[in-house]
Amino acid sequence: MTTANPKYKNSFLKEVEANVEDGHMVKMCMQCGVCAGSCPLGPHWEHSPQKIFMMIRAGKREEVLSSDSMWMCTSCYNCIVRCPRKLPITHIMHGLANYAHRLGLAPQGQPTRDIAKLFWNNIIKTGRVNELTFSLAMYFKDGFGQGIKNAMAMQGVGLGLVKAKRLNPMEILGGHSCKDKSGIHKMIAKAREIEDRRKGFAQ
Amino acid sequence: MTASIATNQTILVVGGGIAGMTAALEAAECGKQVILAEKTPTLGGRTSLLYRYFPKMCHPTCGLEINLKRIRGNPNVRVMTMTEVAAVSGSRGDYNVTLKIKPRYVTEACTGCGDCGKAVTAEVPNPANYGLDKIKAAYLPHGMAYPQRFVIDPSIVGTADGEAAKAACKFGAVDLAMQEETVEFKVGSVVWATGWRPFDAAKIQPYGYDRFDNVITSLEFERLADPRGPTGGKIVRPGDGKEAKNIAFIQCAGSRDENYLRHCSRICCMATLKQTQYVREAWGEEAKSTVYYIDIRAIDRFEDFYANVWNDATVSFIKSKVARIALNEENGNPVLHGVNTEGYHRYATEHDLVVLAVGMEPEVTGVKLPDDIVLDSSNFIEGSKSGGMFGAGSAASPLDVNRAVQSATAASLKAIQVIHKTASTEASA
Repeated sequence: MTTANPKYKNSFLKEVEANVEDGHMVKMCMQCGVCAGSCPLGPHWEHSPQKIFMMIRAGKREEVLSSDSMWMCTSCYNCIVRCPRKLPITHIMHGLANYAHRLGLAPQGQPTRDIAKLFWNNIIKTGRVNELTFSLAMYFKDGFGQGIKNAMAMQGVGLGLVKAKRLNPMEILGGHSCKDKSGIHKMIAKAREIEDRRKGFAQ
Repeated sequence: MTASIATNQTILVVGGGIAGMTAALEAAECGKQVILAEKTPTLGGRTSLLYRYFPKMCHPTCGLEINLKRIRGNPNVRVMTMTEVAAVSGSRGDYNVTLKIKPRYVTEACTGCGDCGKAVTAEVPNPANYGLDKIKAAYLPHGMAYPQRFVIDPSIVGTADGEAAKAACKFGAVDLAMQEETVEFKVGSVVWATGWRPFDAAKIQPYGYDRFDNVITSLEFERLADPRGPTGGKIVRPGDGKEAKNIAFIQCAGSRDENYLRHCSRICCMATLKQTQYVREAWGEEAKSTVYYIDIRAIDRFEDFYANVWNDATVSFIKSKVARIALNEENGNPVLHGVNTEGYHRYATEHDLVVLAVGMEPEVTGVKLPDDIVLDSSNFIEGSKSGGMFGAGSAASPLDVNRAVQSATAASLKAIQVIHKTASTEASA
């Protein structure tokens, strides 16, 4: 009796199908390459979408989940429009990014991921974006010295926004909130619970 | 025209291309009465517009000539050109059909001498060359036309040109008062050999067929290579007449794409492999053909042809669906952008000319068909609910000439069975 070659025992495709948004569509890719050729950021990423899909099918779990490619997607939807198999490529890329993030395998210091985390942490506090604290958090994400430099460089823009009443300095004290803050928190907690259950993170 | 031309023992074949001619002949040679209705002024269909067939690279005159000879010699086939089916009602063994016959303005007295064409000055886009050039408004559709009878374009009827054509005819064959006719009769079975049309390449927005002169379809390329085509067989660019030696072929232009045609059109891979050989014949070692493909589907015995083209030093293959075409404004060259999936190399490559291997769309797409007809998801004819109508050739499935003939023979046999069954039911009743 022969045993299956472990090379061909692809549990990663099944894992993606089960845990990643629209992951079941990955197997529909026919490797034509039109997504890669259509991507405006194509030359700047390591792995084009069809390459990522092939890597998933080849079981390259670490390489896929630690790739920066999914984080470079700007959601222009060119790939979805042109895909001859109608794969929801943009959604799959975001699904992979989210899954890699949840597993802690996403690349460290990737700027898109950093800004996404800061934005999320900011907005869930009150249900509103606090633009002042969000901007400050962005400036200081690479340390105090760099933060001061960033703030000085952006001084003119900041003052202009304050004058045009687009930025309120008093927001530093915690800022405005939505009407039902605890309701928002409950909603997010529930959404998180559902997502955990669906993506296999439930305890 | 009297209605007694047909009974429910008659088979109606719709479409006079290679499949329709075959279906009609097979039934007629079995002794059945057949009416062969063709929409255009001539039999032959798209087959007669090819330069050569694959895989033997012979000319379509070859296959068509023998079929035309069979038709001429068989009193059981009645050919009606410029005729379209307006309605079909009824069911298996008992259909009522209504046909509309457009005026040709030229009677059977025509000898094909061509005097009317010489007398006329107006020109119309030449249907035999997909509109790449113009033809006099009194014309013979093409050299192999059957019947060998001129046609007068309706645009010159009622003009001085029309009168000039009439005056020029020594045989009194021009009849400008001809009107559209409608005929109704009964038939027992209908074979739909309505064929295909090239997918409208302008719908593939990123390829710019409607924007760039030097992006053409494979059907147009077929005419460029043909000595009877608009350039006398010289492979030059429609944009500026420059010799086209470095030619890109883009496969699956419309086919295998949920946005356009869902199905694989089957013929385009072999058509392109064949066309690379036109380029080689024209320019020898200077020729440079590049085939952009997803995968090459050269089925069964065509594999040899593919292997030979693969070994041809003038032909290279790039595994990639081209993402978009841009234009080099300076020299009019199309620039192809995409990613070669073998190694994931990004390219931006210039060519003299781009040929889109466009897919096959059933000619009946968008046409209201009888309720009895059953279509598949790509509008190919699967059959009929009552079992008395059949699809044949590329109306039934995307097929090359050889397989269209096989399909038509099969459909013809099914139609004959319907007629036999009808006859025996009536005999026992």
